[in-house]
Amino acid sequence: MPEITLTQDPVHLRHGSNIGRPLTRRDGLLKVTGAARYAADNNPKGLLHAVVAVSTVARGRVVALDVEAAMAHPGVVEVMTPANRPALAGDPDAKPNPLVFRLDLLQSDRVRYAGQPIALVVAETLEAATEGAVLLAPRYESEPPAVGLDDGERFVPTAVGPGAPAELRHGDVEAGLAAAAQAIEATYETPPQYHNPMEPHAVVARWDGDRLTLDTPSQAMAMARLRLAALFGIPPENILIRSPFLGGGFGCKGLLSGPQVLGVMAARLVGRPVKLALTRAQLYGPVGHRSPTRQRLRLGADGEGRLTALEHHTLMSSSRFDEFFEPASNASHALYASPAIATLHEAVRLDCGTPMFMRAPGEAPGSAALESAVDEMAEACGLDPLEFRLRNYAEVEPTTGRPFSSKALRECYARGAERFGWERRPLAPRSLRDEHGLLVGWGVGTAIFPALMFEAEARAVIRRDGGGTVEIGACDMGQGAWTALAQIAADAVGLDGERVEFRSGSSDLPDGGIAGGSAHTATAGSAIHSAGAAVVARLAELAMADERSPLFGAGNAGVVARDGRLHRRDDESRSEGYAEILERAGLAEVEARGKGAMDAAAQQRYAMQAHGAVFAEVKVDPDLGQVRVTRLVGAFAAGRIINPRMVVSQYYGGMIWGVSFALHEQAVMDRRSGRPMNADLAGYHIPVNADLPALETILVEEEDPHVNALGIKGVGEIGITGTVGAIANAVWHATGVRVRQFPITLDRLLG
Amino acid sequence: MTVTVTTTINGDAEEFVCEADETLLDVLRDHLGLTGSKEGCATGDCGACSVMLDGRLVCSCLVLAAEAEGRQVETIEGMARGRELHPLQQKFLDAAALQCGICTPGFLVAAKALLERNPDPSETEVRYWLAGNLCRCTGYDKIVRAVLETAADMKSADMKSAGMKSAGMRSA
Ligand code: FES
Ligand code: FES
Repeated sequence: MPEITLTQDPVHLRHGSNIGRPLTRRDGLLKVTGAARYAADNNPKGLLHAVVAVSTVARGRVVALDVEAAMAHPGVVEVMTPANRPALAGDPDAKPNPLVFRLDLLQSDRVRYAGQPIALVVAETLEAATEGAVLLAPRYESEPPAVGLDDGERFVPTAVGPGAPAELRHGDVEAGLAAAAQAIEATYETPPQYHNPMEPHAVVARWDGDRLTLDTPSQAMAMARLRLAALFGIPPENILIRSPFLGGGFGCKGLLSGPQVLGVMAARLVGRPVKLALTRAQLYGPVGHRSPTRQRLRLGADGEGRLTALEHHTLMSSSRFDEFFEPASNASHALYASPAIATLHEAVRLDCGTPMFMRAPGEAPGSAALESAVDEMAEACGLDPLEFRLRNYAEVEPTTGRPFSSKALRECYARGAERFGWERRPLAPRSLRDEHGLLVGWGVGTAIFPALMFEAEARAVIRRDGGGTVEIGACDMGQGAWTALAQIAADAVGLDGERVEFRSGSSDLPDGGIAGGSAHTATAGSAIHSAGAAVVARLAELAMADERSPLFGAGNAGVVARDGRLHRRDDESRSEGYAEILERAGLAEVEARGKGAMDAAAQQRYAMQAHGAVFAEVKVDPDLGQVRVTRLVGAFAAGRIINPRMVVSQYYGGMIWGVSFALHEQAVMDRRSGRPMNADLAGYHIPVNADLPALETILVEEEDPHVNALGIKGVGEIGITGTVGAIANAVWHATGVRVRQFPITLDRLLG
Repeated sequence: MTVTVTTTINGDAEEFVCEADETLLDVLRDHLGLTGSKEGCATGDCGACSVMLDGRLVCSCLVLAAEAEGRQVETIEGMARGRELHPLQQKFLDAAALQCGICTPGFLVAAKALLERNPDPSETEVRYWLAGNLCRCTGYDKIVRAVLETAADMKSADMKSAGMKSAGMRSA
């Protein structure tokens, strides 16, 4: 193969006209007309409806189910219980690796948490199935559940999050605290939270012999397919998952949940297509949640306001039968410079569903506590909180000494502060009032989220008609994959967006990896980029080897792909169209595959993080304690921005999740039953339009040559971090009252 | 017990048979193939199922299908006229005022109801009117701006056509 460097060198993208453009959503028309088909919108012929019956106790056994009564109800076709469920080839309790979570698939009469599926009713109509499920009238033998963080025995987990060490110690914290001019210790609590995507999990499953087709929302189709293949003992190729649109995911659709598999089992049992859609209340149990946390921070600072020690200890919970440990302390790894940093985790086991990745797992609660504590430390030092953060700016990653691959946090602080008018902030709390006598407070928080990458593959084709196709089984859960990845695809094959057919959203395409960890655009985008580079290289090979081509012998100089033509890099006037090259070669098309994965060597050398600064203004009623966020400005630097329009939406969304975390959302657990008492959208508060001001985001430019060939970091989760702390700090600044329990509700503020 | 219901949906006469306890939302989605209205909660808390019933904004998950007898139902599917999008749909599309899009039909139906009764709403009025529609993604900001901009566009279009009409009358 001639010496060309397209695969490694992104130079042919330099003129790419698609990346960076604020295109509107390619899926927008379908969505504004109601024509976008989500999983539960599929109604194939012969469809039956399934409804799960879930446990009302958190621990014990199901001792009786009135299957006869349910079966006698008109329209009911089948009741699936541990007694008659189809046999599984794989054990749902097996744990071959940490990313396989134990599922409740009616394997026994054991109840391990409230909301666990204990039976399933299949009927001709949804109403009949619902009524059938009620008629089951389960009886239990129940045992007292462990419900809160004080109910279990503490232990240090072997790993937290997706496999990080539970403890990290850098320097001597005790010595740092002893030497400090000022030291603080504070404990913060965050509640259990539930993802609550607006689309409840749904599955429409159909078996044809040992082939399975399902419509179900998935943030990782290839992994879901492998899990199903193992459970049902069929080859993965026999399974087709279609997931063109997810109605939100936020982590709870990352790995296949138990109820989704139950729908597949029911379809096998009755030999007809089955639809199973969870109710809102049924999302509080088997599809994951964010564990509550109790975080103790100890900070010391010298006379100049420079940190001498930072210790972040988190107590959190997992279920009694499986492991996911919210890595909240790790939010302190890379943000503030300190000669001594210790991050520690302990856990207890509770009788709840297994917690799961939830938008900014670890970082969200961790940043809430860290940013509050840093503010308390600034106050103790008598410093402006932004000035304090600048004095503790980490020029290198504090725990490892590695340089950052890029870090425009200073610009984020500066631009956010300027936009917000931060320099007019009085230092003392409770010193601002508005014209109606409401207390006004201003707060800041730093945002940080690691720039991760997983693995993905893509396929690119260039055809003789001058068009192209790019395929990848990527997932659009609202972040805009259909749009941003198509932009990358067009540049990758050097074509105008309209000339490229972009295919995605189903499992028969190359594995697009996981839409999670804010890594999907980077990972899937890199796969597309390298597939495009590879197919262009094939084309270039054809042209450069052919004497009749103007590109003959371009050799080391290489070529650039643009607008459906290859140009000699050293002489752009010499070019040839894709169509002519293929025509002469007598080929209908050329194709190539490419992979996206992190560059392990670069990861070793550099710390890779996206950063941001969030500024909040709140107003608090001095008598009633009611808090409203009245301004919110976020400035973020996250590498190359593929589509600023989509990215702004991601930042807004994250920031509103931050408002929600700070002021609204919490599951309130009933200590006797172990059930959430507010398992609905009336009681589980998330912000609505009326709760929010207009937001502002600033996209701070940042070029990162190390994270990946495209320079992309992630934007999906960072908005929550920083925002929660900014609001909590603004509430303190407004009132002089430091609430260390989230959400900051008026009773906590007045109490 | 089954009932036969005669109603009008998006301007077309429609007759369907349903269970007495079936919701309008379920009938729209499961019997009539109108899956644009979504179920986010089935308890009236999220607005994803918003439709118009005789010109009134309702949560179709809280309405029995039998209640549609003799009434006018308007859903997201009837919002565009053929291929011509309603100005709100066009604005949501142009401004990318949507993310996962599952809440979008509900927001559009609710926003249209707002502009029909109040063509010139303030930002606060938009925020409170749309407080019954939840968006977890959460695209509130762009949605509010899209509604306000649509209202402004529609007003100036109205003024133009009113201006033309009165000009036409003068010349006659
Ligand atoms: S589904 Fe009707 S309000 Fe949520
Ligand atoms: S766009 Fe996803 S819930 Fe609103």
